[in-house]
Amino acid sequence: MIETSTRSLLTIVTEAGLEAPLAAEFDARGLGYTVTDARGRGTRGRRASQWAHSGNVRFEIVCDPGTAEALAGHLHKQYFAHYAMILWMQEVAVLRADKFV
Amino acid sequence: MFANARHIDTPMALDPVVLFFILGLAAGLARSDLKIPPAIYDLLSLILLLAIGMKGGIELARQPATGLVHDIAVVIAMGVVLTLLAFAILLLCRLPRIDAAAVAAHYGSVSVATFAVGVAYVTRAGLPYEPHLPLFLVVLEIPGIVVGILLARGGARGLPWRKLLHEILFGRSVLLLLGGLVIGWVMGEQGMAPIAPLFIDLFKGVLALFLLEMGLIAAGHLGGLRGRNLAVIGFALLAPPLFALVGIGTAALLGLSQGGALLLATLAASASYIAAPAALRTAVPEANPALSLTAALGITFPFNILVGLPLYHQMVHALLVAPPPG
Repeated sequence: MIETSTRSLLTIVTEAGLEAPLAAEFDARGLGYTVTDARGRGTRGRRASQWAHSGNVRFEIVCDPGTAEALAGHLHKQYFAHYAMILWMQEVAVLRADKFV
Repeated sequence: MFANARHIDTPMALDPVVLFFILGLAAGLARSDLKIPPAIYDLLSLILLLAIGMKGGIELARQPATGLVHDIAVVIAMGVVLTLLAFAILLLCRLPRIDAAAVAAHYGSVSVATFAVGVAYVTRAGLPYEPHLPLFLVVLEIPGIVVGILLARGGARGLPWRKLLHEILFGRSVLLLLGGLVIGWVMGEQGMAPIAPLFIDLFKGVLALFLLEMGLIAAGHLGGLRGRNLAVIGFALLAPPLFALVGIGTAALLGLSQGGALLLATLAASASYIAAPAALRTAVPEANPALSLTAALGITFPFNILVGLPLYHQMVHALLVAPPPG
């Protein structure tokens, strides 16, 4: 049986134009992340990834639950009003827990 | 004069690059599964930006421009006037101030793709143009965005200027245009010969593929027209010819050739859909981005490509070239 630890996975889907500012914020907080191009449809219409400026990106951050909640609260306050952004959190079992603070 | 008359009568719609745009538009509207991969689109725009810059640079090396500082100042003033004019018209159309300022920023700034089609048009019509026109293209990206943001914010306080300037000056379009210009200017025509097959000879082929994708993108934005403010749709159709007049007036002030005047009119008539949306999103996030993009990309860009260029050519001919009656 492999020993796992519990962490939070915070997933953020938002407009591609926010990739650089968000990445800078996560860097400043010392958080690692994975970012991928994404496409789909939501309340603000279809977001096609074929064109850089109309596309979406999807950030995934694994960290401890407190950090994830604090970050979600910050993103809510800072971006929800004027940007296309959704986020969700879930519990995940990770190996090498020391990588996710 | 006969040569000019013949070119005036040649409909630009017959140019293959325009037909590629129509093909893309039709494919998009018919919901075809046609897609240009994003990396290919990036490569095509990269080649176009460098090629436009290089062409200007090569010409500058051949015949250095004089009085550039004065000309650039006049062109910046034109960008400011166009933005204020757009803002005033949109306020009259009862658009909220922030949205009016955001749309005005797009129309005060310029579209590189429209300029590229303009270059193909003047080349096909056999109209020479001044080598520093690409420099005007670079310069004109900026005043519209800055003035639009100031109008939206009601001042300069609290704006992330460093970030904005970095975004505008080091964005890929300005960087590649200026980079191409410097490379072309330093190397001259002979020095550029080894890479001319890619950047100069393939220009129209690359432009054709690029416009195919632009047609698909424009079709996507046309879908967003439903339920949009009718005044904005009217503005997106009527502003380009009006702004082209301002461009022709500026060209007369600068003493530009017929080809140069047509390109400056095209720049004035065009609306930014890359640099302006990105900067506005950073500085004025509360403005509705779909409004500006639908107008600039869904209406004004196709209008300029399909109807605008031949129309502005006629206007330049009538105002600057044709002898006065009597």
